[in-house]
Amino acid sequence: MSAKISEFLDLWGADIWKAIIETFQMVGISLLISVLIGLPLGVLLVLTRPEKALENKVLFRLLNAVINVIRSIPFIILLFFILPFTKMIAGTTIGVKGVIVPLVVFTAPYIARLMESALLEVDRGVVEAYEAMGVKTRHIIWHVLVRESRSSIVLGLTIATIGLIGATAMAGLVGAGGLGDLAYRYGHLRYEVDVMYVTVFLLIVLVQGLQSFGNSLSARLKKD
Amino acid sequence: MIRLENITKTYKSGETVTKAVDDVSLQVEKGSIYGVIGYSGAGKSTLVRMVNLLERPTDGKVFINDIELTSLSTGKLQKTRQRIGMIFQSFNLLKTGTVHQNIAIPLKLTGVPKKEIEKRVAKYLEIVGLSDKRDAYPSQLSGGQKQRVAIARALAHEPEVLLCDEATSALDPDTTESILALLEQINRDFGITILLITHEMHVVQKICHEVAVMENGKVIEQGRVVDIFSQPATSTAKRFVQSLFQDELPEALVTRLKESGQIVNLSFIGERSGSPALAHVSKKFDVYPSILAGNITQLKDQPFGRLVVHLEGNADETNRAVAFLEESGVVVEGYVQEVEAHVS
Repeated sequence: MSAKISEFLDLWGADIWKAIIETFQMVGISLLISVLIGLPLGVLLVLTRPEKALENKVLFRLLNAVINVIRSIPFIILLFFILPFTKMIAGTTIGVKGVIVPLVVFTAPYIARLMESALLEVDRGVVEAYEAMGVKTRHIIWHVLVRESRSSIVLGLTIATIGLIGATAMAGLVGAGGLGDLAYRYGHLRYEVDVMYVTVFLLIVLVQGLQSFGNSLSARLKKD
Repeated sequence: MIRLENITKTYKSGETVTKAVDDVSLQVEKGSIYGVIGYSGAGKSTLVRMVNLLERPTDGKVFINDIELTSLSTGKLQKTRQRIGMIFQSFNLLKTGTVHQNIAIPLKLTGVPKKEIEKRVAKYLEIVGLSDKRDAYPSQLSGGQKQRVAIARALAHEPEVLLCDEATSALDPDTTESILALLEQINRDFGITILLITHEMHVVQKICHEVAVMENGKVIEQGRVVDIFSQPATSTAKRFVQSLFQDELPEALVTRLKESGQIVNLSFIGERSGSPALAHVSKKFDVYPSILAGNITQLKDQPFGRLVVHLEGNADETNRAVAFLEESGVVVEGYVQEVEAHVS
């Protein structure tokens, strides 16, 4: 048994390790950029609503429409659809670098929606109390809206991250690698079922771990 | 000092236009406690929210210490709002913050230096009696304690004016008492002007110097609390006073008693609450007074008594008895049966 394992590791260990690194790179970088874009978008979606601090019908409708359009496109189509855009931004359309742009375009609107629903849960009265104390709107956004919804935000980001891991499986199509790609190329196309089982197992552990971490962090941040 | 000049607020939804507040003017003197009372939907909540422009009046002007709020830029308005505290029915604390953070964060965000923040948090927690709850979260506090934190949060900005939007409506009677006592103490010790709105006459009776009665967006009656208590002019004000005294008589009894004399409401204010005016009446005139209902209550500064009395005798004698009572400083009003049922 142990001989078998060491034989497997000798043969595939390096590839699997490389794939893990690639997945973490893709997920980590695109998640970071997506949050930086998605959180402000979510805030805008909440604040430009009718009767909110920055009420703006045109902007609100435009944002809604754009987010809905992007979210309608399956990732695998999006990946090819925006190739020229990717080339313009990243300078390349292949490898980890080339896949970050489509991953962000795919994830940021999703995060914006998740943030929107989290922020909408915040009690309007608290926001009002802070307005009544003469606190500036930008401070209210961070210290009331984001702070009070931080538990829901963490849960939302957990969901988004897991979705992102799923999307990276398709990144192999532009040569970015990663765990999903490894399972597909070796496991499916070359019938190396052991490789497929191991990578799928690793993905399960990853997703389980993330969800548990997200749940417990969210519970710890919640104080009511 | 708070001054509202011809404040109007209208809401449009589609074709229908609703006037929530209709041409209201009132003035709250520096250092006084002013109550606005009304049934739900009277527009009182909209009114108080227009004082710090949480709602912008459609028409009219708001002055605080002679600064016209309605003309200020956003930045200046924010600065001025720091001098106007507000507490709410639902407390509106940060759920994710401790008691300490709930008071300290708004101070930090409005530019109070760190050392000063710590001093103020400690000072005002002491005043509201929650020094030992410094690190508790709102979910671990009772309703009354949450309102105390909200009061400390408001006081920590050292405001000149405190607005109370139904601040005791979500609390049980005992807690209401203690919060009212705290508000009174704040008014007395710091000279903070308080404008409160409520639907409970009890609150007005307990702590207010002056009161305005609101109905359908309008102020229908305003004046010193003792005057509204002794001589309410409108039926709404009468109902509010009635709500405290519970001296409504059965209709059959009223009809029967009116055949043999008159029924009168007597109000005794201040020192006179103790004078034996009725005893004199029975000695001086051919009249037999019998007390049908009565109560003495404590207004903010003086006792206030109310009796419903049947004066048995012929019309001449009872009229002379009434005149005598009025001369001796008792407010006399004919007893009117409240027939219309009120939906609140």
